[in-house]
Amino acid sequence: METKKIELTCIGCPIGCPLTVTMENGAVASVTGNTCPRGDAYARKEVTAPTRIVTSTVRVSGGTLAMVSCKTRSDIPKGQIFDVVRALKDVEVSAPVAIGQVLAENAAGTGVDIIATKNVPVHA
Amino acid sequence: MLDVLIIGAGVSGCAAARELSRCKADILVLDKEEDVCCGTSKANSAIVHAGYDAVHGSLMAKLNVEGSRRMPALAKELDFAYDQCGSLVVCLSEQDRPGLEKLYENGVANGVEGLRIIERDELAKMEPNVSDDAVAALWAPTGGIVCPFGLTYAFAENAAKNGVKFQFDTTVTGVAPIEGGWRVETNKGSIETRLVVNAAGVHADELHNAVDTAHPMQIIARRGDYFLLDHAAAGHVHHTIFQLPGKYGKGVLVTPTVHGNLLVGPTAIDVDDKEATATTAAGLAEVREKSGLAVKDLPMRQTITSFAGLRAHEPRHDFFIGEIAPGFVDCAAIESPGLSSAPAVGAMVADIVKNSLHLEADPAFDPTRKGILDPKTLSFEERAALIKEKPAYGQIICRCESVTEGEIIDAIHRVPGARSLDGVKRRTRAGMGRCQAGFCSPRVMEILARELGVDQSEITKSGGKSKIIVGTNKDAF
Amino acid sequence: MNNVDLVIIGGGPAGLAAAVSARKAGVENLLILERDSELGGILNQCIHNGFGLHTFKEELTGPEYAARFIAQAQELHIPYKLNTMVLDLAADKTVTAMNKEDGLFQLHPKAVILAMGCRERPRGALNIPGYRPAGIYTAGTAQRLVNMEGYLPGRKVVILGSGDIGLIMARRMTLEGAQVQVVAELMPYSGGLKRNIVQCLDDFGIPLKLSHTVVDIQGKERVEGITLARVENGKPVPGTEEHYDCDTLLLSCGLLPENELSRAAGVALSPITSGPLVNESLETSIPGVFAAGNVLHVHDLVDYVSEEAGAAGAQAAAYLQNGEQDAPAIPVKCENGVRYTVPATVRPACAGDTITVRFRVGGVFKNKKIAVYLGDTCIFSRKRPVLAPGEMETVRLKGADLRAHPDASCLTVTLEEA
Repeated sequence: METKKIELTCIGCPIGCPLTVTMENGAVASVTGNTCPRGDAYARKEVTAPTRIVTSTVRVSGGTLAMVSCKTRSDIPKGQIFDVVRALKDVEVSAPVAIGQVLAENAAGTGVDIIATKNVPVHA
Repeated sequence: MLDVLIIGAGVSGCAAARELSRCKADILVLDKEEDVCCGTSKANSAIVHAGYDAVHGSLMAKLNVEGSRRMPALAKELDFAYDQCGSLVVCLSEQDRPGLEKLYENGVANGVEGLRIIERDELAKMEPNVSDDAVAALWAPTGGIVCPFGLTYAFAENAAKNGVKFQFDTTVTGVAPIEGGWRVETNKGSIETRLVVNAAGVHADELHNAVDTAHPMQIIARRGDYFLLDHAAAGHVHHTIFQLPGKYGKGVLVTPTVHGNLLVGPTAIDVDDKEATATTAAGLAEVREKSGLAVKDLPMRQTITSFAGLRAHEPRHDFFIGEIAPGFVDCAAIESPGLSSAPAVGAMVADIVKNSLHLEADPAFDPTRKGILDPKTLSFEERAALIKEKPAYGQIICRCESVTEGEIIDAIHRVPGARSLDGVKRRTRAGMGRCQAGFCSPRVMEILARELGVDQSEITKSGGKSKIIVGTNKDAF
Repeated sequence: MNNVDLVIIGGGPAGLAAAVSARKAGVENLLILERDSELGGILNQCIHNGFGLHTFKEELTGPEYAARFIAQAQELHIPYKLNTMVLDLAADKTVTAMNKEDGLFQLHPKAVILAMGCRERPRGALNIPGYRPAGIYTAGTAQRLVNMEGYLPGRKVVILGSGDIGLIMARRMTLEGAQVQVVAELMPYSGGLKRNIVQCLDDFGIPLKLSHTVVDIQGKERVEGITLARVENGKPVPGTEEHYDCDTLLLSCGLLPENELSRAAGVALSPITSGPLVNESLETSIPGVFAAGNVLHVHDLVDYVSEEAGAAGAQAAAYLQNGEQDAPAIPVKCENGVRYTVPATVRPACAGDTITVRFRVGGVFKNKKIAVYLGDTCIFSRKRPVLAPGEMETVRLKGADLRAHPDASCLTVTLEEA
């Protein structure tokens, strides 16, 4: 049986509890150090399948701004953050852009679309 | 072949250029930096010394008093910010009083008008925040404050208006006599000229020594660290306040600036590197420590920036102006009070050059120059009318100093004009305020790029390799 | 434009929420004056997510959060002027402003809401020695260049200050292709949220050095390196210097409420927050002039800015309807680590059903109890396992409790052992 301990800092609140996750054969055996259930839940997700929302920018042509801000519509695996960002490197959209508009589909094969988070009108 | 090549576009070089532009001559001013006023002239106390300090009989004393006398009329003629606020040398102990009297006598001998030793009561009325230790002071009503950039730009722009050319980013690498003049080698090719004016600031000794090996000169870069305080600190003192060197050592000055800030400094630290304008923790600590000697309760918390400048100190401690070889004129060792003396320095250099080259007066010479219009100086109605005519004056770019797009456009299209953020800052004060350009930098960059017809990524802070932007998003992926 | 009753200075989150709330409370003639080219203020460049959990119960990015309020303002037909700078606010509430289209103009509103926000503390105020080359930016300036203009201000970056903007910019620069070498923090604790430390630094292996500061900047034209040193008792410790090669130093060293207009108008300011001293109605020392958001005190969450500004809008509406309320005020005192409170004074008679008191503490405290006393009577208490300077605290007091002890001469907010 293989036992591994992983140290984390809880992000649930400003206390920032130091969490220790004990893994046995790749499964969470226990979480200690947390002062509330949120810490336990956070630790279990963070060690098994950590995910993040990625926010970035994409070039716009003909708009009032050079860039439009964007995000992944939902969480993506933490390990694929840079894949998603790289996938946006050469994306360019034309103004107008509306919040929620899909700027890139299925970014880096994550199955998650990149959507605009800002309205960019056409430059007069 | 040029008639005159002036090396160095600091206040002395520009003052000489302006005086020489009264004559019919082909004149070029060179500078290794990207703009005028990038060396000693840009970072100093911004003071017009009355002239009691320089040793009687020295060239420094003569030119200081004369420069100070010329300043009020010149400020009107060339439209730069100058205020004859008067200065006080504060004596902090009875045992130092003989020193104060000696200074007074030296000033009278130098011909400084209106000098008077005032006692504590009168001093405290003039400056309620003067140190409780102050016993007396030397009052010099002709002392003043000036914008050092404003003065230098005024000289340069008026010179340009009268035909003087400017060339920047050009470093002199050598100078050699040729038939009827000199060949000056630079990183951008060689230039032939009948006469050279060496106004190269801290580097003037290098040129001097290349020409006159028999009488070497050594210029030591003497660093001064300063603190600039926010407008909120204005009013803490009303005059330039020096501390009489004495029992408590040599102090630092505290002075209002023409733009309503408070300036505190400098240190005097000799440095080996003539470009070493870095402040140091020790230097700043020294200013902070000494700042309280003559003035109490200084609100140092209101500091918006600290900076350091280099004075071109020569061990003989006097200006060195003269034709050291036929057609080679030194304008060297112009340390403090060089800014105060600049009008007289320029005139003296010009006289030497005129005599040497037998230059003729140019009847077309126009002695006037209008500075960049500051809309804050207008009435409500005038300002409203200006915006109607030129809407760019209705768009504030620098919030802290309320600088409009109109002023920035004006600064860029001046000759010589602003090409960098610092060039705009020194001409308009955009970025000079309490947020120190945090907000306005991206906007000023946009305006510079648009007006100069270059890409925004080309814009620098102060020329050379000082680019603000180094790439675009994700370009490394 | 000449019969405007309420002028709101600033069209960021505070100004927008104040305007929406004032309009809903019946103010017909109001006007937002915004200096930038669009509404939304600093949210427009805060493209990361984490906004709006309290207000909208979902995680939005800054521009999305702003857009929700902009949409509300537009639905309510609230007029606004962009690219418009207020040059002066006079004690009689005369507003002098300017833009390209209208030129220079004056308004004479009956009420004003100050919503100018805050600005970043620049290098100069930090007294960092060294050269002054290109490559030193506040985190906010870099944020604007990267997020709105698509320009990278640097490739090898050191960040001084671990407030949330510094942490967020560490991640932003990394995701746009820069290398962030280290984040240094003068204090022994970070002023940023734990979540940001984990997701902006730990996720990318960026070290955070607490109790460290920049003691030298190298490079004459562009930054070439910086030196960090450990700090003890506020002073760098000799011998602890470490050099970092970098082309950029980002500063995230605190925010200052932007109160030049308030000061010129004669509004009394707090030396601690640098914001106006307000009463329970968020009214400043000038009757009819209200303040909310970061101009009043720097917030950590925009949700609280919106809430506070909404209250200010409602109070301004009430002022326009009922005029000045003449009621005795008592001061709010801060004790045992409470640095300041907003409001600074309370008029129990004007407190309505509840009032909100927000405050910050001056250090990290564990296992404490927030207690509020009216005179000697405790009218509120709540346990807090941890309090930190980076986290604003909020307590709500019942108006009835405040009016129950008419003889009390002050309200005291304090920390006690739990």
